[in-house]
Amino acid sequence: MEIIVCIKQVPGTTNVKIDTQRGTLIRDGVESIMNPFDEYALEEGVRIKEKYGGRVIAITMGPPQAEAVLREAISRGADEGVLLTDKAFAGADTWATSYTLSEGIKKIGAYDMIICGKQAIDGDTAQVGPSLAEHLNIPHCAYVRKIENIDIENKYIIVHRMMEDGTDVIKMPLPALITVVKEINTPRLPSFKRMVLAKKAQLAVWGQKELRCDVNKIGLKGSPTNVEKVFTPPPRHGGEYIEGTPQEQARKLIEKLKQLQII
Amino acid sequence: MANIYIIEERCVGCGLCVKECPYSAITLVYKKEQQTAATDKKLKTAVIDLNKCTYCGACVDACKKYAAIVLQKEEEARIEAGKDEYRGVWVFAEQRHGKISEVVFELLGVGRKLADKLKVPLSAVLIGYKVEQYAQELIYYSADRVYVYDDEKFAEFRDEVYTKVLADLIKEEKPEIVLMGATAIGRSFASRVATRLHTGLTADCTELDIDPQTRDLLQTRPAFGGNIMATIRTPRHRPQMATVRHKVMKPAPYDTSRKGEIIKKKSDSIIPQWNQFIQFIEDTTQKVNLADADIIVSGGRGLGKPEGFKLIEELATLLGGAVGASRAAVDAGWISYSHQVGQTGRTVAPKLYIACGISGAVQHLVGMSSSKVIVAINKDRDAPIMKVATFALVGDLYEIVPAIINELTKKENVAKEVA
Repeated sequence: MEIIVCIKQVPGTTNVKIDTQRGTLIRDGVESIMNPFDEYALEEGVRIKEKYGGRVIAITMGPPQAEAVLREAISRGADEGVLLTDKAFAGADTWATSYTLSEGIKKIGAYDMIICGKQAIDGDTAQVGPSLAEHLNIPHCAYVRKIENIDIENKYIIVHRMMEDGTDVIKMPLPALITVVKEINTPRLPSFKRMVLAKKAQLAVWGQKELRCDVNKIGLKGSPTNVEKVFTPPPRHGGEYIEGTPQEQARKLIEKLKQLQII
Repeated sequence: MANIYIIEERCVGCGLCVKECPYSAITLVYKKEQQTAATDKKLKTAVIDLNKCTYCGACVDACKKYAAIVLQKEEEARIEAGKDEYRGVWVFAEQRHGKISEVVFELLGVGRKLADKLKVPLSAVLIGYKVEQYAQELIYYSADRVYVYDDEKFAEFRDEVYTKVLADLIKEEKPEIVLMGATAIGRSFASRVATRLHTGLTADCTELDIDPQTRDLLQTRPAFGGNIMATIRTPRHRPQMATVRHKVMKPAPYDTSRKGEIIKKKSDSIIPQWNQFIQFIEDTTQKVNLADADIIVSGGRGLGKPEGFKLIEELATLLGGAVGASRAAVDAGWISYSHQVGQTGRTVAPKLYIACGISGAVQHLVGMSSSKVIVAINKDRDAPIMKVATFALVGDLYEIVPAIINELTKKENVAKEVA
């Protein structure tokens, strides 16, 4: 099984500040981490590889320092890392990001599965996975909570997709893309041996020239959506403390909720 | 023709562009809302005289720091010209297991407002099997037109099938706005549709409005777990697509005197036989699903034991609500992941969220802080959850929750006796 795992480097906290003059995010001084959902994607890829053989290639698009998440991926079991980085990629929305990733994946070559996290914790869109599948013209399934079966010979997988009201069981022909939720596994920690390996690993670093992709479809220029402004929502102010014995607290609370016509 | 304009919110009135413009086409004027105010430079904004402008772009370079000036070259302007062929507001009428999703009525509510502002019809697209009877309902809920695809092959949701049908219809009919629910279905295949049509898609919007000048949809959404809000525009591409968060928009009113048109459609196009639906496994632990729930009662580490969720469930059932949980409770194995609220679980925005024994780590707060009313029950008066709660109750949840249940059932019994 040739497995590609898409990873994003994100700020370690969602408590970000805005430069009000420029209307951009202040990223300086904020520690960067691997997007939490991508840890599950990576773990699932590594588990499949351990069972069926093959390779796991981690790919990311981002600034040069995003190579750190690729090394982390290798320390957690990936075999190789591909960094797509270029000034021309900057400012990409989900359309341009998934286009760029699709060009990177085409350059990698043949694969059986692509695994992504459900969404990134900074953008929260959950759009790049499905959009990437569309660019590559392969089937996808989002919100996968379990892979029930992998049939290498007949080239299909059976997955459990998490819906609001339960689970859909879906059979997908390979190659296919899935996005995964937290429930799918418990990611391992990096091993010391692999950390040494990761430090030395040679990463592929590709820009627009290497990908030979359409300059009109990448970065800010290739993005159909534009961020017009960013602002901090008004903070939610705490209300009131309801005091008294538990019985009094309960009675007062219910009165207030009835007044607000909530119950 | 090229096109140039200034984004007034970004312009700080620094005057750099004025100096750079070789044709003296730019002047500084006071921002409207501050016309009478002092002479501070920052209250001014640049204005371009289009009779003098040659679209050379010198001002755009001068304004790199603020990126307040937008110059669209001819190719872009040409795409922009094609925008005018697109008219109308659409809502994807998601249905599952013979039921229209709640969020659809909310989409029709906001869709109606947008359509009225743009003076265009509001249409709904219904795809499924044996769903025709819902078309009339959608008209009562303020749609002017309903496209119906009713066929056995649409019985179960499959991404590529629904993508093909919706994308083809959009190409044919050219709406300017397409709204979908930010549901498991909506967020998955909207992305495929937008990619295929090469247009913009904005996820999980909480506010939608129209810029009357450009007819652009102003899409406001939370990012970074709700710590910031962003307003997003799709200036050059059509249709403008957005998924909309549950429970944020007001549902459309139900009016059986409304008239509308039902258009039955057939899809004969060849669809790749990719994903096969095998079966649906219902979540039997959840009587009301979290996304649709008006009331959610959640339990956290403070429950201390898995049995604590029996009490949470009892209160939830009594209120007709759903059961939620913090990550700590899920990770402890007390309840299944599908109940988890927060950054790595679900984002919810019910009318009432009751947090029992949840301290309110930021990862939990981002998943529920847009709830209308938050009730927090916690031993710790200073827990973060208490700071965002509308009503904070300090004490032992094993005393307070039973007292609430007792109070509620007492009232019910009285009501029954009176009846």
